[in-house]
Amino acid sequence: MRKLRVVIAKPGLDGHDRGAKVIARALRDAGMEVIYTGLRQTPEQIAAAALQEDADVIGLSILSGAHNHIAPRLMELLRSKGLDDVLVVVGGIIPNVDIPKLKEIGVKGVFLPGTPMQDIIDFITDNARARAV
Amino acid sequence: MKTVAETDKQRWERDTLAPALAKSPERPQPFTTISGRPIERLYTWDDLAGIDGAREIAQPGEFPYTRGIHPTGYRGKLWTMRQFAGFGTPEDTNERYKTLLRAGGTGLSVAFDLPTLMGRDPDHELSLGEVGKCGVNVTSLADMETLFAGIDLGGITTSMTINSPAAMIFAMYLVVAEKQGADWRALSGTIQNDILKEFIAQKEYIFPPRPSMRIISDIFAFCLREVPRWNTISVSGYHIREAGATALQELAFTLRDGIEYVQWGIDAGLDVDAFAPRMSFFFNAHSDFFEEIAKYRAARKLWARAMRERFAARSERSWKLRFHSQTAGVSLTAQQPYNNVVRTALQALSAVLGGTNSLHTNSLDEALALPTAETATLALRTQQIIAHESGVAHVVDPLGGSYFIEKLTQTMEDEAAGYFEQIDRMGGMVAAIERGFPQQEIAESAYRFQQAVERKEKVIVGVNEFVQSDEPPVEILYIDESASEKQLAKLERLRQTRDHDAVERSLEALRAAARTTANVMPPILDAVRAYATVGEMCDALRGVWGEYEEVPVI
Repeated sequence: MRKLRVVIAKPGLDGHDRGAKVIARALRDAGMEVIYTGLRQTPEQIAAAALQEDADVIGLSILSGAHNHIAPRLMELLRSKGLDDVLVVVGGIIPNVDIPKLKEIGVKGVFLPGTPMQDIIDFITDNARARAV
Repeated sequence: MKTVAETDKQRWERDTLAPALAKSPERPQPFTTISGRPIERLYTWDDLAGIDGAREIAQPGEFPYTRGIHPTGYRGKLWTMRQFAGFGTPEDTNERYKTLLRAGGTGLSVAFDLPTLMGRDPDHELSLGEVGKCGVNVTSLADMETLFAGIDLGGITTSMTINSPAAMIFAMYLVVAEKQGADWRALSGTIQNDILKEFIAQKEYIFPPRPSMRIISDIFAFCLREVPRWNTISVSGYHIREAGATALQELAFTLRDGIEYVQWGIDAGLDVDAFAPRMSFFFNAHSDFFEEIAKYRAARKLWARAMRERFAARSERSWKLRFHSQTAGVSLTAQQPYNNVVRTALQALSAVLGGTNSLHTNSLDEALALPTAETATLALRTQQIIAHESGVAHVVDPLGGSYFIEKLTQTMEDEAAGYFEQIDRMGGMVAAIERGFPQQEIAESAYRFQQAVERKEKVIVGVNEFVQSDEPPVEILYIDESASEKQLAKLERLRQTRDHDAVERSLEALRAAARTTANVMPPILDAVRAYATVGEMCDALRGVWGEYEEVPVI
């Protein structure tokens, strides 16, 4: 089986990329292939990157409060591109009341500040399926 | 045979320490600061042996200002308690400001939302979901008028955290002041206006580094003539630290940024002693108590020396580093949020003992959301308790002469000077940024810290130790979509009611100025008066200068 391929994306206008970069390195050190999109990606660009990179996982880093707009749009785009099986996780500052809403639209994991990196690595390893080559 | 005289510290280690350690060893953890700096168990006068006290420590109000820039410390005037606030619509934030001023706040500090910070109007594609979320949305002069309605701009000082569109937002503030009848020459406040740390850490950049630096030099020159009491830049280590830098990296990169701005000002033909006194700094107040205090003291020394020796500044006002500080947002935890009150109090105390000139204390709920009015008030109360109850403000630089503090101050100054040399060799800070040097250094430190936390070498109470599963939730400020809807509606009305031709003419004049070396402030003021939006003004400049895109590295 090939390595899990993970797209780490930073959508919206926010530039605080410490979390995105730290988790990208942690996943890479855990043996995954990590593609970091860089800043200010629209949901369209993220979905396109996932398709192009043949991603098994998309990790969104959102701290600005824009998750209620960005996540639904991305999930819709993934469906339309036939990428429903890509595991989508979100990390950042997400109010508790919004977590069920994100889960409902298909975001599988929501990781809040203080989550150990190992928990995120384990979650991805347990829930993502590497696509056949 | 030649023998080296034994120091008293060595004697103590032999006579007293060794038997004690034999009986009961120390805890096994590495004793390091939060930045990973090894710390000795004891500092004595032997550690100060190589330090020339008169030259390196001196006295308060005297070069190199290790002990502070004021001879009377806080006995003359306490630090300014300046609480950063902004959310939702200008109406929402105006109300919060009035609350803070009533509670005894002594200055305002504006937090703008991401569309404003990035020079995008609320109807831009990338503003989706961001309007009013992380700060207040200000699209045009009309919003600025609302933001300060009923607040006398001639009577307070205002700090505005704005960088890429600093010229536009500052112009709006000036026009509101003018409409209130205030004299620009008497206005005082600060714009952050520090683009270098955006490229390094916070990433709220729009234009490429060189035209961005040119706007800053233009603002320096404009203020010199028109708004002489305004602090034209707040050179910021805060965001560099939040992005993961060590205390030393924060110190070195921030001070080197300051040097870069001075160099650009001089290169633009300005007299160093005319503009340098209006520069100020902004540091993080992080959790490692003594390292932070040493950092502030080292910063004053580094600046004084850079100004006097490197730039041959003659005015004492150019030598004195004034700084704002803010407690470390990144240290706040979502878990057991009430613990954050204690963290913030300790951090604030370190800033005060380090001689901060103004201070923002974070609220307990800021790892979860923007603060509520109640938690923001509690944060202000924390400062008032330090100022009025603890007694620490009675004596000037109370930690001066501490073996540990003085040694650490000297070490940090020397190590920062080493970073300066490295950056100078690269051709300066703009060149260093273009090759990704500070960005890479910070990313490394951030990752190393996270690994230390995972290994529990660094304990975060409530996160990797002393975890509690039955936490009662705290009530947070939830910003819904209504702010966005209101701002979108206002923008639509504005576009219908303003003089369309005047807007177009003013934007064309701005583009024309950008193509030459003319100062961009006058055409920006004209565009603001015509109610051009932040997005329109920034777009005009994007058209001339292009946009910066960084190469993402992990």
